[in-house]
Amino acid sequence: MSNKLPSLQLKAEDFLPASSEEKESLVIMRKSINFWADGIRRLRKNKIAMISLICIILIMIFAYVLPSFWPYSYEQQIKYSENLAPFEYGKNEQALLDKGESVFPHICGTDKLGRDFAIRLMMGTRISLSVGLVCAALVLIVGATYGAISGFAGGWTDNIMMRITDILYTIPDILLIIILSMAIKPALQDLATRPGFGWMQKMGPNLIAIFLVFVLLYWVGMARITRSQVLILKESEYVTAARALGASGGRIVKKHLLTNCIGTLIVTTTLQIPSAIFTESYLSFLGLGVAAPMPSLGSLATDAVKGMNTYPHLLILPAVMISVVILVFNLFGDGLRDAFDPKLKN
Amino acid sequence: MKKYIIKRLALGIASIFIVATLTFFLMNLVPGGPFVAEKSISKAAQEALEAKYGLDKPLVERYTTYISDFVKGDMGYSLRQRGRTVSDIIFSKFPVSAKLAGIAVVLALALGIPLGCISAYNRGKFYDNFIIVLATCGIAIPSFISSVLLLYTFGSKLGILPTVGLNTLSSYIMPVTALAIYPTAYITRLMRSSLLDVMGQDYVRTSRAKGVSSFKTLFKHALRNAILPVITYVGPMLAGLMTGSFVVEKIFTIPGLGREFVSSITNRDYTMIMGTTIVLATLIITANVIVDILYKIIDPRIKLK
Amino acid sequence: MKEKLLEIKDEYLSFFTPAGEVKALNGVSFSMEEGEVLGIVGESGSGKSVTAYSLMGLTAYPGKLVGGTIRFNGHQVDTMTEKEFRKMRGNEVSIIFQDPMTSLNPVYTIGNQIREVILLHTDKTKQEAQERAKELLELVGINEPEKRLKQYPHELSGGMRQRVMIAIALACEPKLLIADEPTTALDVTIQAQILELMQELREKLGMSIIMITHDLGVVASMCEKIAVMYAGHIIEYGTADEIFYEPKHEYTKGLIKSIPKLDTKEDERLVPIEGQPIDLLNPPKGCPFAPRCASCMKICLNQMPPKTELSDTHYSYCWLLQKEQFEEGGRGCE
Repeated sequence: MSNKLPSLQLKAEDFLPASSEEKESLVIMRKSINFWADGIRRLRKNKIAMISLICIILIMIFAYVLPSFWPYSYEQQIKYSENLAPFEYGKNEQALLDKGESVFPHICGTDKLGRDFAIRLMMGTRISLSVGLVCAALVLIVGATYGAISGFAGGWTDNIMMRITDILYTIPDILLIIILSMAIKPALQDLATRPGFGWMQKMGPNLIAIFLVFVLLYWVGMARITRSQVLILKESEYVTAARALGASGGRIVKKHLLTNCIGTLIVTTTLQIPSAIFTESYLSFLGLGVAAPMPSLGSLATDAVKGMNTYPHLLILPAVMISVVILVFNLFGDGLRDAFDPKLKN
Repeated sequence: MKKYIIKRLALGIASIFIVATLTFFLMNLVPGGPFVAEKSISKAAQEALEAKYGLDKPLVERYTTYISDFVKGDMGYSLRQRGRTVSDIIFSKFPVSAKLAGIAVVLALALGIPLGCISAYNRGKFYDNFIIVLATCGIAIPSFISSVLLLYTFGSKLGILPTVGLNTLSSYIMPVTALAIYPTAYITRLMRSSLLDVMGQDYVRTSRAKGVSSFKTLFKHALRNAILPVITYVGPMLAGLMTGSFVVEKIFTIPGLGREFVSSITNRDYTMIMGTTIVLATLIITANVIVDILYKIIDPRIKLK
Repeated sequence: MKEKLLEIKDEYLSFFTPAGEVKALNGVSFSMEEGEVLGIVGESGSGKSVTAYSLMGLTAYPGKLVGGTIRFNGHQVDTMTEKEFRKMRGNEVSIIFQDPMTSLNPVYTIGNQIREVILLHTDKTKQEAQERAKELLELVGINEPEKRLKQYPHELSGGMRQRVMIAIALACEPKLLIADEPTTALDVTIQAQILELMQELREKLGMSIIMITHDLGVVASMCEKIAVMYAGHIIEYGTADEIFYEPKHEYTKGLIKSIPKLDTKEDERLVPIEGQPIDLLNPPKGCPFAPRCASCMKICLNQMPPKTELSDTHYSYCWLLQKEQFEEGGRGCE
């Protein structure tokens, strides 16, 4: 950018007016991208989040798909195959092998009742994941609805609704979880034997009790977050502007409120999954989780504690699994937050 | 301020009352009773025992009796540990749990805050990544898993730490570690993100523009603002430590309140359940009120309503 | 000749973002005499604040100086270490930020925040610093200074807080005060008060001021010299009269046409500048204003125009000026 350009270089035609096409061709603008595309782009760039997502998918396959192809079932007790180390065969199985037949190996060994541990691990993961996913979804539905109503209604309704959550918030949740799960479980077990509630028996009243308890306790946080989002948005100038321009209530909710809250809601829900898995594992440890023979990662680890000196793999496998599940969900949730909720980002 | 504290206390008492009521009716919904499990006693003896403790009366009457006794300061006798009052048991067990939890709280704050600061200060560099990876793993491991794994490695395999009770100083190491891992990791992450948030604020730029060193900017201007979320976390942290202590006390066979609580639930020791629940709820709620007041002291903007 | 207070030569500064190098400053040069008031005008993203921050070493991460020299008050700023910057900031040069609502630390009293800068750069005791803080508050027109010193920022109005910011900036009697859009976040009446105060203080204390703003009204009332910035270039520089009455660059002309005047006739409309500022990630190779310029020529698209000096104080970068000279004498610039 020297001041002294040789004057020779300048020609008269250089000073002709430029056409508008020429002008436009000069402008290389970044494409303007919408909220979702931008969020997904950011998420994709986040290596940790993508690795976590891949892990989540793999874990899901492990928990939901693989068991259907597994030759053993989670409650099947194989005689003479108790307490096997990984890739060891029981007396009967060895006999079969000697005869030249093939026996599917116990990759993770068996437990003290002779159940294949690999399939128990898969089922345990399935139960723990289901607890996390279902609870998070239910919490989202209940909490977001409550919070949205409270926020929109405002005034007295809001006041009363929020006082209720205030009180619930001060109640130490673990106490209630323990007490509720004790109380609800027998009631549901009783209900499940009645006609018309057969589906309950199939799912396990136990599991349903856990869902209920978690929802009863954890909706409060979600409700508060939704309400504060709604309040912020209700006051925000672009909503006032939309209203002033004559947008209908429905349109405002759909176009402005939803797109602006949804990031926060997705993030909060995602982070709810690991916390539900976490709490379930505690309940299992205290003997209040899912009922035998159904395994959860927590109950698998708990069962293995007594024999941990002789069969450490029975403890370490579910322990690692549970930590990995919680870890990847947390990391993925963090990634989502960074991508979709710039307000929450540091 | 006074008005606020009174209001919070009223809300707290209401919460405790609700917890107590819920607990009372819920635990009575659960089938079984304190004396059912004992096969050795006859039906008649069982009924006599139930009559003695007033368990034969209708539920509502038992409830009103319990509450009125409680208000008078009487939490009744334990149904399973004959001859001992509930307050007796709680007074003897509570200090054990409190000591464990107290050390864990101090440890979590003393480690978490500086780690979070170091991490934020070295944002994006090696130390930051290292600390954050550790902290993220820390919040992914439930304390019963870490307890059991600690027990397995240091207690059974290496045999260098005592596995039972709290008799020597070294016996504190494992339970306290197991309890403190989660809150430490959580505080580290909280502190880091909060500090990064604050460091982007205009007043931090002002402080730099004044010529204040970056070290002093961090400690004087940023830290005091950034520590607020950590303080808010102390309430939930106590509640979380309680969960942890149920488990840790069970695994390390420590005679604390948490273990007592869990066994009272399985034994249907109604008076113990009630007493422990109320004491723990009171503890957490009080902690929350104190945290709110502390918040007000640190942040002059907060108006307590 | 006496050394100038501030001399920036050919400053290049870029932000190295994940998306690429954003060239925020592209060869900025200007100088200031002691006691002079310079206005830097331009739209957001034109580099006005970046220029000011860079001379205080406050360039935000990931910004980096890539070329050029900055001399200020006898210091070679471009090679300064953070420690040297610290000694200078708040002492020889200080800054007032745009938003007084967020620029003060909410958890410390006003007194604490004013005393801090005094204690940092002088040998005064706490007691003396307290006295000085009181004086400063009086100086910036805050009544009951005793009481104010004990208050927290949230207890003060926006205008008051900006006055406090000015007090902090003036605490060590700096040679140069940078005001980064000091009135943008304030009400119009308060704006006028703050500008008046700055004018007054400048007469009293005799420091130089760099006034960064996108409000031409503000510069007109205060500044002797004006630099107009666009896309990281100073595209025109001159005295206030030259810029307002004889603007030479098409962008400056546009800016001036877009402000309302008292003598505007009823049917006359304000003329906005069409289009949007360019993307600094992909700056064009020619004049950055070309895509929006109504008189754009072919050469504007391909070559950055050279400097055309119009008087001792007035210069501009525009091919139209070169065209005049070309047509007059068949030659370019000297």
